[in-house]
Amino acid sequence: MSTPDLSVDLAGLRLRNPVMTASGTFGYGAEFAEHMDLESIGAFVTKGLSLKPRAGNPPPRICETPAGMLNAIGLQNIGIDAFVARKLPFLRTVKTPCIANFFGETLEEYAEMAARLDAIPEVAALEVNISCPNVKKGGIVFGVDPASASGVVSACRAETKKPLIVKLSPNVTDIVVMARACADAGADALSLINTLLGLAVDLAKRRPMLANVTGGLSGPAVKPIALRMVWQVARAVEIPVVGIGGITSASDALEFILAGATAVQVGTANFVTPDAAQRVARDMESWLIDNGVDDVKSLIRGLRTEDR
Amino acid sequence: MLTESSLLFNTQISPSYWHARLCASAAFVREAAPGRFVMLRVNDTTDPLLRRPFAIFDADDDASGAPVFEILYRVVGKATTILSAKKEGDVLDVLGPLGKGFDLGAPAGEHLLVGGGVGLAPLYALAKKLRAASSTVLLFAGGRRRDDILCAEAFASLGVECHFATEDGSIGERALVTEPLTRYLESQGAKAAIYACGPEGMLRAVAQIAARRAIPCQVSLESRMACGVGVCLGCVVAGRRTAPQTPDFRCVCSEGPVFDANEIDWEGA
Ligand SMILES: Cc1cc2nc3c(=O)[nH]c(=O)nc-3n(C[C@H](O)[C@H](O)[C@H](O)COP(=O)(O)OP(=O)(O)OC[C@H]3O[C@@H](n4cnc5c(N)ncnc54)[C@H](O)[C@@H]3O)c2cc1C
Ligand SMILES: Cc1cc2nc3c(=O)[nH]c(=O)nc-3n(C[C@H](O)[C@H](O)[C@H](O)COP(=O)(O)O)c2cc1C
Ligand code: FES
Repeated sequence: MSTPDLSVDLAGLRLRNPVMTASGTFGYGAEFAEHMDLESIGAFVTKGLSLKPRAGNPPPRICETPAGMLNAIGLQNIGIDAFVARKLPFLRTVKTPCIANFFGETLEEYAEMAARLDAIPEVAALEVNISCPNVKKGGIVFGVDPASASGVVSACRAETKKPLIVKLSPNVTDIVVMARACADAGADALSLINTLLGLAVDLAKRRPMLANVTGGLSGPAVKPIALRMVWQVARAVEIPVVGIGGITSASDALEFILAGATAVQVGTANFVTPDAAQRVARDMESWLIDNGVDDVKSLIRGLRTEDR
Repeated sequence: MLTESSLLFNTQISPSYWHARLCASAAFVREAAPGRFVMLRVNDTTDPLLRRPFAIFDADDDASGAPVFEILYRVVGKATTILSAKKEGDVLDVLGPLGKGFDLGAPAGEHLLVGGGVGLAPLYALAKKLRAASSTVLLFAGGRRRDDILCAEAFASLGVECHFATEDGSIGERALVTEPLTRYLESQGAKAAIYACGPEGMLRAVAQIAARRAIPCQVSLESRMACGVGVCLGCVVAGRRTAPQTPDFRCVCSEGPVFDANEIDWEGA
């Protein structure tokens, strides 16, 4: 049979295949150019950017847990000015779309970031991270309150015509409520999940393993939760969903697509194998060939739940 | 570089320490400057999930002219336990050489290497390089007990003058390694440069000694790592602040692991 069609349309952004890299696990793209072919994946997402550079949390910031890791990086990043000055020249050399992930500490900062990123031609789409505390509201995380999340999304929507992907926090009682709030506020797509809040303890020292005490869990350990949330959200909203959480192989990625994802992001796996995303894309093509599927789009929301 | 390398040997050299040799490429040997490290993956399951960092102990051609590299490691947990059970011929996934090694541009004079335990691994690579240029090299090795003083003969056979100190006196004098180091510095007028790798307390003490005497001092640091290539920002240490309120974190994997001791905020560490 002929080569299968892996391309997908993500809210107007055409991807050569559904495999992207997740924010915070792929730098600004250039860091991985030595280890993989950036043209082999659908898109890549930058580390979360903010208006001002952020120093991040004190160390230790990471620790390994069974089949996963906790991180409390504290959104350290170079800031939008340094991104523009230092990272754009590289982005001009790659054809693969770059999606800028960003956050703010106030509604106004979110809106300003969206406007600044909208003006950068090298940025193909925006992914807004709403898992950030609102400094004006006593530090409550935007992404755990439907009204705050909706406010952030509308504010960003007003500033950009580019595809706006809203990245959901899984640390909520009902992910569907958050998903609907963001979709209604004008999101073009939803990506999920961000990391799950966790804690690891050093028994001998009777201390937390991380200086920040708690951290975000990622890696294969979170995959079943992420799959469940993607499935719930994809049934509840019309806009495309991007599946994230513990993907290390093409079969993991295809499971997310069946559960309802139009595209996926590979995160922690990049740390283990720097060309993980490329392998996922390559093996996805082989799987489609082996299973006689000529278009990956035919698998989206293809999970059979009725006729057991 | 990402390569699959087979183990040529993997030998227990003392109760807690192992010494392993792996196949390498000519390019690897060329890039393996003293102080650089590799990220090893010890299995392809999800637990342990992440690679582990190990300093390059030696990288060279073996007797038959084939490029190889060696590591020295201590069994402390999951990954190192799995590693210690590997046999000759087993294949490991190696990412590296990574990081920034020792700056060998220090003015001529005496090179004082200070370390203990697995901290001796990068110091061996450094001693070999310095001795190849006929520099004067002294080693001050310290630790809790005899077990922590590794490869003493290997250092000696490079022509390195060795001084030992252990907390239990089982080898060398019964003292912290900073004692013979301080004594030596007091008795010696010669120009010296210090290179240290070992437990954090040792590094802090050595950095203080060097700072007091205005001796150039480089330290090789450890931290928990996920990616090893500067993208996760998980491995940072506190650098000396330029402004009192702004922390200045440095990536151990990409800006280090070797730092000028003056760059580090030893109070914050
Ligand atoms: C640049 C660099 C070079 C290194 N070189 C060597 C080397 O040459 N030889 C060697 O034996 N080790 C070296 N290490 C340390 C080595 O990486 C750890 O010992 C190893 O990751 C432990 O893995 P594990 O799965 O066996 O232990 P785990 O199960 O992960 O942990 C077991 C215990 O060890 C502690 N631990 C884990 N990693 C570290 C660390 N990096 N520093 C201090 N404590 C830690 C944990 O907190 C825990 O208490 C180096 C580390 C760095 C950052
Ligand atoms: C070290 C690290 C840093 C991260 N930084 C960000 C970030 O800046 N912005 C963001 O939206 N998500 C960030 N994430 C979350 C990931 O993008 C992803 O949502 C999460 O890790 C789950 O996917 P995984 O299991 O494949 O890693 C980070 C994750 C890790 C492990
Ligand atoms: S280990 Fe990832 S940045 Fe250093």
